Formats: sequence, structure tokens, C-alpha cells
Amino acid sequence: MALLEVRDLRVSFDTPDGTVRAVRGLSFDVEAGQTLAVVGESGSGKSVSTQTITGLTRGAEVSGTAYFDGTDLITADQATLRRLRGARIGMIFQDPLSSLHPQYRIGWQIVEMIRAHDLEISKQAARKRAAELLTLVGIPRAAERIDDYPHQFSGGMRQRVMIAMAMALDPALLIADEPTTALDVTVQAQVLNVMRRLQEQFGTAIILITHDLGVVAEMADEVVVMYAGAVMERAPRRDIFYRNHHPYTQGLLASLPARSGDRLTPIQGTPPSLISLPKGCPFAARCAHVFDKCSEPPPLVDVGGDPRHQSACWLPHDVNEAVAS
Amino acid sequence: MTDVLLKVDDVRKEFPTHSKEVVQAVAGVSLEVHKGETLGLVGETGCGKSSLARCMAHLYDVTSGSVWFEGQEISKLSRKAMRPLRRDVQVIFQDPYGSLNPRRRVGSIIGDPFAIHNIASGNERKKKVQELMELVGLNPEHYNRFPAEFSGGQRQRIGVARALALRPKLVICDEPVSALDVSIQAQIINLLSDLQREFDLTYVFISHDLSVVRHVSDRIAVMYLGKIVELAPTAELFGQTRHPYTRALLSALPVADPDTADSREQIILGGDIPSATNPPSGCRFHTRCPKARLDCAAEEPVLEPVLDDKPGHRTACFYPLTVGEDLSTAVPDLKAS
Repeated sequence: MALLEVRDLRVSFDTPDGTVRAVRGLSFDVEAGQTLAVVGESGSGKSVSTQTITGLTRGAEVSGTAYFDGTDLITADQATLRRLRGARIGMIFQDPLSSLHPQYRIGWQIVEMIRAHDLEISKQAARKRAAELLTLVGIPRAAERIDDYPHQFSGGMRQRVMIAMAMALDPALLIADEPTTALDVTVQAQVLNVMRRLQEQFGTAIILITHDLGVVAEMADEVVVMYAGAVMERAPRRDIFYRNHHPYTQGLLASLPARSGDRLTPIQGTPPSLISLPKGCPFAARCAHVFDKCSEPPPLVDVGGDPRHQSACWLPHDVNEAVAS
Repeated sequence: MTDVLLKVDDVRKEFPTHSKEVVQAVAGVSLEVHKGETLGLVGETGCGKSSLARCMAHLYDVTSGSVWFEGQEISKLSRKAMRPLRRDVQVIFQDPYGSLNPRRRVGSIIGDPFAIHNIASGNERKKKVQELMELVGLNPEHYNRFPAEFSGGQRQRIGVARALALRPKLVICDEPVSALDVSIQAQIINLLSDLQREFDLTYVFISHDLSVVRHVSDRIAVMYLGKIVELAPTAELFGQTRHPYTRALLSALPVADPDTADSREQIILGGDIPSATNPPSGCRFHTRCPKARLDCAAEEPVLEPVLDDKPGHRTACFYPLTVGEDLSTAVPDLKAS
């Protein structure tokens, strides 16, 4: 059994303009110690789905299940979720500055977080642990810097502080939502390296939410490609890049600036509104391979090859190689 | 000889801070932009690339040095004297949300340049605006809509239309695609390159994203802490990288290819970018450079051709990389012997 099993997750929000169907039947597994990358563009539902799993989308209409270690996170009460969040499920977000309290020293914030979950631990022991964690994520002179405020750290260092806090109680799962999007590339490389190292050391599973296919290629074991709230394709890393089936996956990869001076091949048009989605395939309006069958919603089915490789597209699977190349 | 459209000569741009210190955003940059080319400016946060771009368009006054457009010094012109030149030098900004007035209709936003320069009015202006909208791939019937009714990519098209209204010679693109999703980003990059061909435009293209800069640029200048550390034709910059910072930047860029990601050498720089109020002595990169030696901290390297490079490829480094040199095992030595 996987560490986290999400089945048919649906999330919608009522707005004055109509119901926004942000996530529409999402299923995935996260295995212990593995990295699952969830990739997609703005509004694909990648962040909303993990926020829902951790109980952070209040006011949303939610259905489906998300079993983590035998507990269904969707139906769990706030007290249960609060016990799990931080302790068993660590989280880091894109913007570390707004995730840290600006008026408290970072050491105090880490200690607070440890003591909230571990009622036995003394202040001194928690502080010692906080310093160890800061060293672990590569903050130089951690013993001194523990008494600094968030604004005294650079963006990359703040994200390390967030990782230290997320890892404080040795969680089984780390949810990282665009953790390096706000960082420069050389700093991004440092932070990804820290995440990789910690995963090796502690066997933490990671859900990595990103729009950056480069980061996916560097970090993922398995990949879920989302579009308009639904999974378009899901596969082990190499299959997504080399044996992909879904035209959206192919379109994303083709949009990347090529190494040559050749013309880019963008995906034409823009994503559909989540309020008035088409009946069939949500990608049909932008798809170069569209045909009559696409007016019916395509199920997510095996494409052959790796048993973990599935695609939600009516195109036949035997043309797989031909279309990809 | 290629025609020089814009020339930047030893430009410095400093900003005062509250504590009497100054931020040296641009610390002595000289370069030329040739007619018809795309010059890429790449670097990380705070390297001064946007400040330099704004000095180029004379949106900022320079602290010292000069900027010349078609042989005329523009860096000391008054706003009024600069106005006729604004037709020739236009800017496209990063944020398609912040750079369009939300309470004005798109038609009047794009028509502004015509109004300011007294070029066309009434129906003639409307016709010109609608032609522009068509040119950048917007529906001309959306003339009366507000910016909020457009997506991010469409808003960037509005910014492009506005910049092109007066048929400028030079367009400075400051992170024009950074706020866009990758599928939309590719649309805008293609649009910019089509327009360049059609109207013989010269671009200065600023981005923190090396893969984008590589795709669009003929030449690339890499900046670090207010200085150009390497300037070369695109293929040479990637094929014959000389500066250790350029190499580190290239190696840090995640590549969307698992085979390459698994096999390539990765140089992970230590530390953060130092403060521009108090930059390191000598070569500004020496505090993070894997190849740094004692003299790197003492003296500042000049941007010039190194090893056997042609004059078009200049590097500011005392210990430039040879082709194939392995930087991942290099160790800095900053102790006096």
C-alpha cells in the first residue's frame, strides 16, 4: 500500500460568477521515499489539490478520498489534521517570506513548531534540535543565526529555514509547492540539492508541485501532468519525457526554448475557463490532433509499456512512438 | 563593420539608501548594440540588468558614463528633448498586469503613443490601433475591452502592440515572458521574432532564464553584481564558456531531459550573491568562485578577449576556463602563500 492514496478527488469553489471546478477527479499514489512531481500551468489545479488534502481549502466543496497511513484526510476532523500537518506531513511553499512570521526569530518559530507536536520535549532540547536542523539544511553558523529574524536571511536561506521547519519532526511526506520558483537558478540548484540529500538521508516521500519541466527532469521519480483540473498523463519520469502519449504533454515539451535557433512550437490558444468547461476533452480546443471522439471525455487508461503509464486521450496507443518523435 | 545603434560607455547607476550607503546597481558597463541584432542580458536578481536597461532607454538618469543612440548622446537629455527619440526606443515590461492601466480601454492604451506624438486622431487612430491589434494576434473587435478581460499572454500582446505603435528602431524587452506559462511564453517569443523580421527591429532582451535568452539572442552579456563578466556570440558563450560564473549559471539551469540531468556535471555555488552596497573587492565573483586565487580579491579583471578568443568574445577573468576544463573539482585558494 502506498503512503498516500488519492482517489477521485474533486474540489470546487462557489463564486459569484459560477462554480469553479478546480480539481475534477484526481487520483494518484505516492510511495514512501519517492518523489512525485505534479506539473501543470497556472490554474491546472496542482496546488489546490494538495492544499485540499492537507485541509487548507476551507469553503471548498470536496469529494473523494485521500488515505495517508490509513487515515482519510478528506473526512478527518481538524484536530486530526492538525496533528498530522507539520508532524507527519511537512509543507513548504513558494514564498518563504510570507510563510515565516516576520516578528519572531526563526529559532523561536522552529522551537514553537516542535513543541506544538512534541509536548514532552524541553525548550532547551527543542532549541538544540532547531540548531541541528539549520545546520542540516546548510545554513552557515547556524548556532548564531538561530536568533535572527526572517528579513535577515536571503530568499534561498529563508527557503532552507522553511525546509528545516518542515523536516523538524521527520515527516513521512513533504509537500513542496513551487519551492524554488521565486529563487535564482544558482540558489535553486542549492535548495533542490538540500531536498535531494534529506530525502536520501530520511527516506521522505516528496510531492513536488512545479511548472518547470527542467525541475521535473532533475527531481521526479514519477510525474502527473495536470490540465484544467484533471490528469492528462501520468508516468515514470523517463516515459513522460521520451515516450509520452498525450498531446498536452508533447505540447508542453515542444514549447520549451529549443537549443537551436529553430522556431518554437507553442500550444495555440489559452486554457478553458474552469467555470464553463467543455463536455469532452478539456484540451481539445488547443489540440492539433483533435477528432470527433474528443467531444466525449477521455478516461485515463493504460497506454501499454510501463504499467504505471496512463494517458487521458482518445488517440490510439500504437501511434505513440510516431507522434512522440 | 556592423552598424552600432546604441552605445553604452562606462555607465554607472547608483541608488542612495536610507543609511547613507549607495547601491551600485550598474558599476561601469560598456557595450554596443548592433542594428538588427538581439542582445541578451542575463543574470540573477540584483545583477543590475534591469537598471542597465532603464539607463539604455533613458528612463533612469545615469550616475556617470554615457549612452549614445545613433551617434547622439541621450543620457543627459531633458525629458522634453528626449521625447522625439522615444519614438525610436521603446520598452516592453515584465508584468502585463502592472504595466497596463486597469481603468482604461485597450484601444486607448495602444493608441496613446499616437496621441502623445500627435500622429493620428479619431477614426484614423482607431484604424491604426486595430491594425496593430491584428498584427500582434489580438482580435481588433476587442478594442473597447478593459485589460482585466484579457489573459496574461494577451496582455503581453497589448504591451507589444503599444511598444510597436510608432515603429521604433530599438525595443528593450525587460523579462517579457517571465510571468507567463511556458505554452504562452513560446507564443510571445515567436511573435517577437516575427515582428523583428518584419520591421527590422533591434532588441535588447533581458531575462533571468538562460534557455529563453539562448533561444532569442545573437549575442549574450552575462552580468554579476553590476558588471558584465562575459560577453559573446550565443554559440560561443555556450560552446566556449570562459567565465566560471557563466559556467555555474549554465550548469545550474535545470534541463528538461532526464538523460542530461542524470549525467551532466553540476557546479553548485556556495553562498548567496553579495550585497551591492558593499561589493567584494577585486573580481566581484571571487567570494563564490571555485577557481578564485589571491589576486582575484586584490585586482579587478578587465572585460577583454582571453586565451585565443576573437574580439567579439570578451571575459573579465584572470583564470578563464579552457574548453573541457572540469570546474566541479576546482577548489578556491585565497590564502597568501
